[in-house]
Amino acid sequence: MVGIVSYGTYIPNYRIRVADIARAWKKDPTEVTRSLGVEEKAAPAVDEDAVTIALEAALRCLQVSKGKPSDIDALFVGSESHPYAVNPTSTIVGELLGVGNDYLAVDLEFACKAATAGMQAIAGLLESRAISYGLTIGADTAQSKPHDVLEYTSAAAGAAYLMGRDALVARLVAYTSFSSDTPDFWRRDGIRYPSHAGRFTGEPAYFAHTAGAARRLFEKAGCQPDDIDYCVFHMPNGKFPREIARRLGFSGEKLAPSLTVTSLGNPYSASMLVGLAAVLDIAKPNARIFAVSYGSGAGSDAFLFETTAALPKVQNAQRKTKNSVQQQMEKKTYIDYVQYLKQTHKI
Amino acid sequence: MNIYVAGVATTKFGELWDVSPRMLAREAVTGALSDAGLSVGDVDALFVGNMLSGLLGRQEHLGAFFAEELGMKTPAFKVEGACASGGLALHNAINSILAGQYATVLVLGVEKMTDHKPEDVATALMGAGSDEERAAGATFPGLYALLARVHMEEYGTTEEEMASVAVKNHEHAHLNPNAQFQNLLTVEHVMRSSKITDPLKLLDCSPISDGASAIIVTGDKRPFGQTQGRQETGKNAIRIVASAVATDTLGLAQRKSLTELRATREAADRAYAQAGLGPDDIDVSEVHDCFTIAEIFALEDLGFFRKGSAAAQITRGSVSLGQSKRLVVNPSGGLKGCGHPVGATGVKQVVELTEQLRGTAGKRQVPRARVALAHNVGGSGATAVVHILKR
Repeated sequence: MVGIVSYGTYIPNYRIRVADIARAWKKDPTEVTRSLGVEEKAAPAVDEDAVTIALEAALRCLQVSKGKPSDIDALFVGSESHPYAVNPTSTIVGELLGVGNDYLAVDLEFACKAATAGMQAIAGLLESRAISYGLTIGADTAQSKPHDVLEYTSAAAGAAYLMGRDALVARLVAYTSFSSDTPDFWRRDGIRYPSHAGRFTGEPAYFAHTAGAARRLFEKAGCQPDDIDYCVFHMPNGKFPREIARRLGFSGEKLAPSLTVTSLGNPYSASMLVGLAAVLDIAKPNARIFAVSYGSGAGSDAFLFETTAALPKVQNAQRKTKNSVQQQMEKKTYIDYVQYLKQTHKI
Repeated sequence: MNIYVAGVATTKFGELWDVSPRMLAREAVTGALSDAGLSVGDVDALFVGNMLSGLLGRQEHLGAFFAEELGMKTPAFKVEGACASGGLALHNAINSILAGQYATVLVLGVEKMTDHKPEDVATALMGAGSDEERAAGATFPGLYALLARVHMEEYGTTEEEMASVAVKNHEHAHLNPNAQFQNLLTVEHVMRSSKITDPLKLLDCSPISDGASAIIVTGDKRPFGQTQGRQETGKNAIRIVASAVATDTLGLAQRKSLTELRATREAADRAYAQAGLGPDDIDVSEVHDCFTIAEIFALEDLGFFRKGSAAAQITRGSVSLGQSKRLVVNPSGGLKGCGHPVGATGVKQVVELTEQLRGTAGKRQVPRARVALAHNVGGSGATAVVHILKR
């Protein structure tokens, strides 16, 4: 059985309130926060990018495990904001971690599900015994054009998952994927901000793919919502994950622990993986976690995890180092809209 | 004027992301031909009502485009007049019959809007505005908000009264399986919805929609609809007894009054004169409620209520299904509830009224409807088209 050996997350210190962005554009703050279901979002510092965020998450992941960087045989980084179009994020992160040279480094791009695609690829390499350990990281300083509705939610964060076959904190019981050519959200090479097709990003995109992967996973794993303790979904806003959970038959209680979007926003590739980390931070051994990512363009990766008796030790280490998702969400410095524009290099 | 409605059909309106304009047209036209008991070879010409195929679909040869799709080799025309494109297409089709050019004509109203980014759709719709309004960055919600504000100041019309238009039209749409919205609203829902352009809120506005509607009109008195078991000959046939168009300035700034749409009033006057009828004779009407304030304007400009009194009447239920004793307005749900694929709207209105006069409108049937009026507006009132139908 393969699964998660360790995990780590990095949430930048800075927050901007959605209401402050709304006020800058003369929108009704209450109306905007209510309609999106997001109160505030994490913003990167001026010197943070997908590389530094991926590295921070990876360092924390390794810090709470016994694993050494040199044990890593494969390092995948998924992001929508790789700093270079040509020049991999994964090798910079690998170099700074001290992985060495005998490893497979891969940059992935599939909108918000790039890193979960990496998780499935690493699971395959582990199952085939081609590798012993693989690290997949989702990291983004999510782009959004000023005044676009995305600006209210696009956030910065990273999550790293060390996967292997031994000493697992969560076993990967089953996984599925669901893909189609659905142009709901895109960014051409050389273009600074993504475009999106408004309401088309909902039903035929997020909902169709998330439900598609989820239903296949129910079938493959022979389970149903009643058998699951926690569910996690990609969180482009506060409404979509609640709605898909409802449609699939999950109660609000099973979803609530993963809903980091309310105070973190949507850190694209890291969204579902930070939500999963928030659940792993509190789950008891033998808990079943149902997690589905979504990437525009479009596809969803679904995973069924089952936690093990080894999890509490990692949870304690996360708390001790003040790196649990909850602790990071509480540690914050608010910035105003002008400062946000500066830190994201817009002015 | 004796123009007969031989067959009608409409697609569902809504966010139809999995169908193309060709598929929409084929569904509507196949339905109308089937309804008429005719084949495509019986049709002498095609008139297509459409506004945005050029700006959004990059297709500016729409007559031939749809003729090809439908397997027609007849003359085919695109008629544009912003949101009145459908009504104008029907008007031109009728004129071609009255001129003796064609005997039986197919009118197709079609629009595909939801495949495009909302900002692109909003910009394309402003193709119907004046240069000054566009240069100032105005949008149609903004222009209708100006009209609403003037009406409020002049007559004391309230935001709650405007909201009651949306409430009524969603009640009607709830009974229409082809409507975009099937949900019921309350005045509070409307009042709490996002502000678009003060005083208009999201639920005061008609949506962006896809859809197609088709009508076959003819001057021929042959029996139609026999394949459907109907004998629409002689006095039972649905006739179009008036078709009138009026034009006003593109922009609001050039108009003498902002408490009426003069084009609506003039088109209605001409239509009533053609039909030898008046507003009191109308049993059911589909009016152009692109915004809730637009229905209030329409009911006054069409002569159903005196200026400044329509809002209170709508709020009171005077034009609601099941409550009205005289006139029901927008039984389909109107643009607000049924949806507003702009080129299709004017055609859909006549499809709905034909079904009402036939008595085949199902749960939304207006009892004893014998005379019906369709009112289609382009822009902020630069074009108005009025048709009157009679059974």
